Amino acid sequence: MSENQRRPITARRVILLLVVLAVLLVPIPTFHTPHSRDVVIDASQFEYSPPRLNINRGDTVNVTLNASDVVHGFFLDGYEIDSRVEPGISQKFTFTADRSGKFRYRCSVACGPLHPFMIGELVVGPNEPVWRASALAVVAAAAVLLGARKRRMA
Amino acid sequence: MKTMSRESPTDEKRFDVLGRMPRLRRMVLSRAFQPVLMLLLLAPFALAVTAGLLGTSAGNRNFGIVFVWIVWWALLMVLLVPGLGRFWCTVCPIPAPGEWIQRRGIIGGVAKLRTLGLRWPRRLRNMWLQNAGFLMLALFSTIILTRPSVSAAVIVGLTGTAVGMSLLFEKRTFCKYVCPIGGFIGLYSMVAPVELRVRDAQVCVDHRSKDCITGNENGYGCPWMVYPGKLDRNLDCGFCTECLKTCTMDNVVVNLRRPGTDLGKPVRGKRIDEAFKALIMLTCSIIYPAVLFGPWATVKAWAGIESLGGWLIYAAGFLAVTLVVMPGLFWLAVSRGQKRSCSGLTIRQAFNEYAHALIPLGLASWIAFSVGFALTNGSYALAAISDPLGWGWNLFGTREAGWTPYLSSTAPGIQAVILLCGLIFSVRTSLRVGFRHDPSGATTMQATSPVAVFLLACTLALLWLYLG
Repeated sequence: MSENQRRPITARRVILLLVVLAVLLVPIPTFHTPHSRDVVIDASQFEYSPPRLNINRGDTVNVTLNASDVVHGFFLDGYEIDSRVEPGISQKFTFTADRSGKFRYRCSVACGPLHPFMIGELVVGPNEPVWRASALAVVAAAAVLLGARKRRMA
Repeated sequence: MKTMSRESPTDEKRFDVLGRMPRLRRMVLSRAFQPVLMLLLLAPFALAVTAGLLGTSAGNRNFGIVFVWIVWWALLMVLLVPGLGRFWCTVCPIPAPGEWIQRRGIIGGVAKLRTLGLRWPRRLRNMWLQNAGFLMLALFSTIILTRPSVSAAVIVGLTGTAVGMSLLFEKRTFCKYVCPIGGFIGLYSMVAPVELRVRDAQVCVDHRSKDCITGNENGYGCPWMVYPGKLDRNLDCGFCTECLKTCTMDNVVVNLRRPGTDLGKPVRGKRIDEAFKALIMLTCSIIYPAVLFGPWATVKAWAGIESLGGWLIYAAGFLAVTLVVMPGLFWLAVSRGQKRSCSGLTIRQAFNEYAHALIPLGLASWIAFSVGFALTNGSYALAAISDPLGWGWNLFGTREAGWTPYLSSTAPGIQAVILLCGLIFSVRTSLRVGFRHDPSGATTMQATSPVAVFLLACTLALLWLYLG
């Protein structure tokens, strides 16, 4: 393969690498000042209410956890918070949402048949992981399409 | 013994595994190879059924649920299918009792098959029954995954059907045309870097006795009713290794190859059943995380059959999305591409051919789902193995092991990477199909772009479900 043939491919790869790095590393600005938030979460078979919480990065979250039927648990992915709540006895805990993204909270105490799927969602905005991953998906699909070479696909 | 890698029709290099590993070859050629592996797996499956029928009703404490739907499922979707293709079908214990009844023994020599030997109806020689079976399981999956007795009933039902069919029909008719698990394993095995093929097709043409079909003293004629000389994709081969044993010309090989080599090859006949299999699997891999891992308790209650009315709504929505909406959108994408293409394909042909592009993303989506489920719930296995029936035993001292989700911080990132790899693989597959039908490449982009947009939309939906 001659230098003339090789050069455009290399340039394309460098551009692709720069785009990928930009997608991964360019900071996403936030316009929210951190707040203190009081949140009440009710656990019952097999759901949390509210099922989805939206907060901002840096917020301090004061959680009051209630159980309305049987004993339930509350495990927050990513933050490794684990709590157990009995009916009539609220549990309180506080954490600072210092990581952005979606984190599932799930029951950590077996509470019935659908226990493994008793799940809620905490979204700490701006949700950088989903935006970056989505942008990468667009870049990847476009790069494969535009960079297609017949001999490679044969 | 010939050990050189051979050149395929597409000039892709192969590595002849058994040629390079004589000990493994001797093991595989032994008549005991498959039955011993089946027996080894029959024991835990029998325990899973026993636990399901007699053990605790708490799914997370029952070996039947934990072993089958967490451990086995994760091993199958994350390791076995992507890594070894149809190898699960080699060792699957579900058809084992039926096959052993047919063969009048487990390991012994080759015997005349005990079966009525009926031929499967021509109209059903496709994947539609497997598609329907998988959809039935999928519709009830929430209770199958959580109720030990229901899970056991499914395994017993599949095994009973396999036994019954082995008595009535020839060979592995159940595995080939009915088994809902074998259907998707076959589809996704086309991605795997392992294949069983003939070294030189001309040797098969010239060889008159066709021992691979008729069988001989070393083994049975192909139980999957395949002529190895024409085998060109993993979907059709059950990897039972009988042809390795029966071939007198040393012409059957197990190759390592580039992953996904089967994808994008010409689809023979009207294989819209395969296209629908790919669509059903991809769609289910989107619906499952939405229903099971999503925050929507009402949908979960419907899927869990807490009320008949709710389940009917769920079932109608599930079937509509799986059989109408997604195929409709894919049809639109393909037809839009074909309008701008000079490939000469009809829309239906293009639909079948471009459906191959759904396979890598579908597999990646199932891997992402299974990784998340296994990392979150895998720790239940420690307690279940010590107390498989939930009767208070403590066989290995781990009964009191608590629930511990693994890698809860990094799991979504891992899932995202898996999905992105699947997307790239799928778009490349769509291009391979496009270039094959448009050798000049003049309109390949136009034909492929709408399919790529469809794949991208599915990926974005999955990313939103896992990360958004």
